[in-house]
Amino acid sequence: MIEQKIADPIQILFESERETQFITGSEAIREAIRRANVEMAIAYPITPQSESMHLVGDLFAEGYIKDYFRGENEFAVMSSVAGAAMAGVRVFTATGGPGTLRAFEAFSTWSGARLPIVCAFMTRGVNSPLTIQPDTIEMSCMLDTGILMLHAEDSQDVYDMILSAFMIAEKTDVHIPVGVFVDGFFVTHTRDNVEITPADLKLPPYNPYSAPVPVMDMENVPFRQMRDPFVMKSNFISYAAHASWQQEVLSAAERSRKYIKQYLGDLIETEYPNSEILIIGSGTAVSQGREAMLAARNSGMDVGLVKIKSVRPFPEEEIRELVRHARYVIVPEFNRVGWLAREIKSVVEDTTKIIAGPRVYGGMTMPPGLIIDEIRRCSE
Amino acid sequence: MLSNEYPVLNGPEGYLPPAAASMGVMLPDQGFALIEGSCVLADDALEKIADKLLNARNPVFFPGPLLLWAWKEGVAEKAQAVKDLAELVGAKIIPMPDYRPKYPMINPEVEINPNHPNLTIWHNKIDVCVFIGVHCHYANVALKIIRGGTDCYTIGLCAEAGHEDAMISMRDVGLLQIIKLTEIIKKRKDEQK
Repeated sequence: MIEQKIADPIQILFESERETQFITGSEAIREAIRRANVEMAIAYPITPQSESMHLVGDLFAEGYIKDYFRGENEFAVMSSVAGAAMAGVRVFTATGGPGTLRAFEAFSTWSGARLPIVCAFMTRGVNSPLTIQPDTIEMSCMLDTGILMLHAEDSQDVYDMILSAFMIAEKTDVHIPVGVFVDGFFVTHTRDNVEITPADLKLPPYNPYSAPVPVMDMENVPFRQMRDPFVMKSNFISYAAHASWQQEVLSAAERSRKYIKQYLGDLIETEYPNSEILIIGSGTAVSQGREAMLAARNSGMDVGLVKIKSVRPFPEEEIRELVRHARYVIVPEFNRVGWLAREIKSVVEDTTKIIAGPRVYGGMTMPPGLIIDEIRRCSE
Repeated sequence: MLSNEYPVLNGPEGYLPPAAASMGVMLPDQGFALIEGSCVLADDALEKIADKLLNARNPVFFPGPLLLWAWKEGVAEKAQAVKDLAELVGAKIIPMPDYRPKYPMINPEVEINPNHPNLTIWHNKIDVCVFIGVHCHYANVALKIIRGGTDCYTIGLCAEAGHEDAMISMRDVGLLQIIKLTEIIKKRKDEQK
């Protein structure tokens, strides 16, 4: 284990000298966790996530993490992670696909309990029918759980988003979980050049005593007072308290916008944003969209690209403004339901501009030609 | 002053008013505060708090667990300063000792609870209240309920980032800010003599 010193996250992310490593997405996760000052990690294997949490286990063996164990299943893991976070521990886990759905109840519990957990979701298909292949359909299920959702395009994004996620999640005025979503196999199992920050620098520790809810430290007042159970009585006051509580979780997500901008630059990235035709995507669909955009521009077509990095909070105003000036918007997705197109339609003024596709799923790749075909149809 | 389109005013605002954060009210950076949803200099907010406390019919301080327990160095001194401030403006102190829901109901004479803070406001006919030492989540939950159902003017003296749903919200409030507010109020009172 390399001796590490605590450094300012801005220094680590933006000012330190980075080294290029040719690594997989799973290895990028290991390198991020190595520098994240994580105290505890809990794992349960599922393809395509298994390798990353195995590599995090190696970090435990090397001494970078204080505690690590395998849970009984995903629901047990997500519940154990919640307990660790309530006790004031910086904790990390990962899952994907059916594992996400098996643990589903826990995610709303995390956000409702204001737990700053960071979880990586290596997305894959779910049981329709069973597949282990790449697919982002589980993200549609996660949209209203209250957690923040960052979607990585590549291994570099995964690395930067995981380190940033701890800083964003642990802000007192945010303090809700962050999910870093990464397309399984396409990123997790693919080698790429990743710019890595120095291994001898790590994030500052989590300070649970600045949390917006009492940390469950049984040794110290005032924190030995248990958090109240969620209000479950049948009367108007209980309903109003519950409603106000839910509003507060949504407010926490709103407050995260400025921190996402601080650590990740913005909620979106754009290339040629004033173009007549815009491709708007998230995850690896952005890479395919970029290939299509470059080919189309080489053919003289006026095409731009918008990469959505933060799905929750959603960049509503940014997307509304960009779409206002476009004639057509193409939304390529790796799932059958088109959840991103629905999200975009829900915030724009003219939904007829939105072409909800092309879509592939079940593990299929998306040749840029599919997107170029849509661009041609728009240009006719 | 940077004004916001959504004013955070004393209510009753309605059956279930939106959270101010969802209406575009943003917590200010260090050195700034919120007055009724708009960003102002922190010193201007202290003056406004002095106005509100001095002109209140029945001001009440609601200290929470972070102020009621000497859980870290400096808290006892801050608590004493808050007590002195409350006495200076003739305010009562009704604590929020913990956050557990209590059924069938709390005793509103002696305490306030974040899940039904309106009961304490209504019972004691409180027109101006000050939240201090309450964990941010519970302060925010309570402040929204108060704005929804009562006409009480709320002030949040927060040691962290502040509260959008308070009519006046100060951030990073420590002992020095409490002393500064006390001095402003003493000066105002001297001027009124």
